[in-house]
Amino acid sequence: MSEVHTHHDHHHSHPHAHGEACGCGHPHDTPGNLPHDASALVSARALTFRRHGRSILSNINLDVHAREIVTLIGPNGAGKTTLVKLILGIEKPDSGQVVLPVSTRIGYVPQRFDIDRAMPMTVARFLALGLSVSNEAVLSALRDSGVERCALQQLSHLSGGETQRVLIARALLRNPNLLVLDEPARGVDFVGEADLYDLIGRIRDARGLGVLLISHDLHVVMAKSDRVICLNGHVCCSGQPETVAQHAEYARLFGPKEAQTLGVYLHHHDHEHDISGVPHPSHDLQRGGKQ
Amino acid sequence: MIELPQPFFLKALAAGIGLAIIAAPLGCVIVWRRMAYVGETLAQSSLLGVALGIALGVDLTLAVVLAAVATAFILIGFGRQKLLALDSVLGLMHHAALALGFVAIAMLKGPSIDLMSYLFGDVFAVTNIDLLWVYAGGAVVSALMLQLWRPLVRLSLHEDLATAEGIDPGLPRALFDILLAITIAISMKIVGILLVMAFLIVPAVAARPLASTPERMAVIAAAIAVVSVIAGLFLSLYTDAPGGPSIVLAMCACAVISLMVMSRRAG
Repeated sequence: MSEVHTHHDHHHSHPHAHGEACGCGHPHDTPGNLPHDASALVSARALTFRRHGRSILSNINLDVHAREIVTLIGPNGAGKTTLVKLILGIEKPDSGQVVLPVSTRIGYVPQRFDIDRAMPMTVARFLALGLSVSNEAVLSALRDSGVERCALQQLSHLSGGETQRVLIARALLRNPNLLVLDEPARGVDFVGEADLYDLIGRIRDARGLGVLLISHDLHVVMAKSDRVICLNGHVCCSGQPETVAQHAEYARLFGPKEAQTLGVYLHHHDHEHDISGVPHPSHDLQRGGKQ
Repeated sequence: MIELPQPFFLKALAAGIGLAIIAAPLGCVIVWRRMAYVGETLAQSSLLGVALGIALGVDLTLAVVLAAVATAFILIGFGRQKLLALDSVLGLMHHAALALGFVAIAMLKGPSIDLMSYLFGDVFAVTNIDLLWVYAGGAVVSALMLQLWRPLVRLSLHEDLATAEGIDPGLPRALFDILLAITIAISMKIVGILLVMAFLIVPAVAARPLASTPERMAVIAAAIAVVSVIAGLFLSLYTDAPGGPSIVLAMCACAVISLMVMSRRAG
């Protein structure tokens, strides 16, 4: 491929390692050339993660600051959840570093589909797991998320939207300054989705915490985010929602139709993907490779 | 006519009830973590332990405990690597262990061995040493389970959430595998290799619809298991049906009733 991507060359031997051979036509950060951001709640540099000989993430830089909503978007298998797991310390990167200042307290809102329904568990007990908190604190956290009525219900009996709010309440009970949410709106209907992002925005405003959000769907998220990071094994593009929405990479990942529904101006594509996802340069790719 | 219970029957009751109580919380964790396959693999490695015990002339329960714990260590090792899915390893190991056990027993010289008593248990042949295993081994298993309970509950409910909140998943998981291996090994005498997982899992399945907390699920599972042991042993006494299968049958009856009650309530 082009010279811009020489730092990815060791990955090229694998035929399925899509993402490295991206041909994005824009230069990527070289690993390690960017210092950690000391003012950030979390600062990740040059994260690389491989699984089963396949590169999942390469050269990821990420900072989240107080009062900021950062959204990770990207197609299935883009490594969004893996990146969050690296930040939470659930997985260890193969190279690169995640720096968390000692003052950072993370509240994690995982995907609700992963909660084991074979275990009987009341909502109130679930919130207090691992903490020594009063009943009043538990109820107050549930009230803040609008699900106080669920306190004595079984976790397995909640609707999708209720479960999501309970998970948010549980994270807030830990008094975090960084809230990490993994696809909070997945499987929630459209109205519920808008409500959910409203809630997240209100929490950010009231508590001044930083928010790192994974999202699959675009419209509502884009409007609520301060910064969007478009991920596909590597950071394709990032910036303010409007900037990202106009980026060629974004249009390529989500399709021109999706991008156009946001009223977006499109660049010409600098490359196309064949049926197996391998990028082929359009006639003007050389431009990107000779920078 | 009422007969006085024979000592063999009392010993069977004592061993069965003890095991029922020890196994209940482990059964709950197996159900939560969907570990039935791990348990089956540990159970089927027991036959190899029997063969080794006979060949070396050591106490059979000790040999089975050692074989099961060794298998647990192998599984823990495989669980740590990310190259092979644990399921494929288990699929290989659990059949390999059973086949190896049969071959090893067939190759042993000396008096013929009653395989049925290992496959389905021989609860009415429980000895004082077996009782010692159940109660001493059981006390150790239960004491450690009490220590592990909170992290196990949190890891079972949502492993990533618990890990992100600072619980190291490796140690509780590994210790649980070892405790499970020991419990399976000392249960083998009662219900045998083929039914030991049912002995662990079925009471937990029966308890699930009736419980509102993880602890109550464990207590209700223990109660169901104790009732099933008593019912099964009396069934066996009066009909000459084999003891272990009778106990498991009683457990399954409880589970069917419990699930029917739940579905009626839900519908």
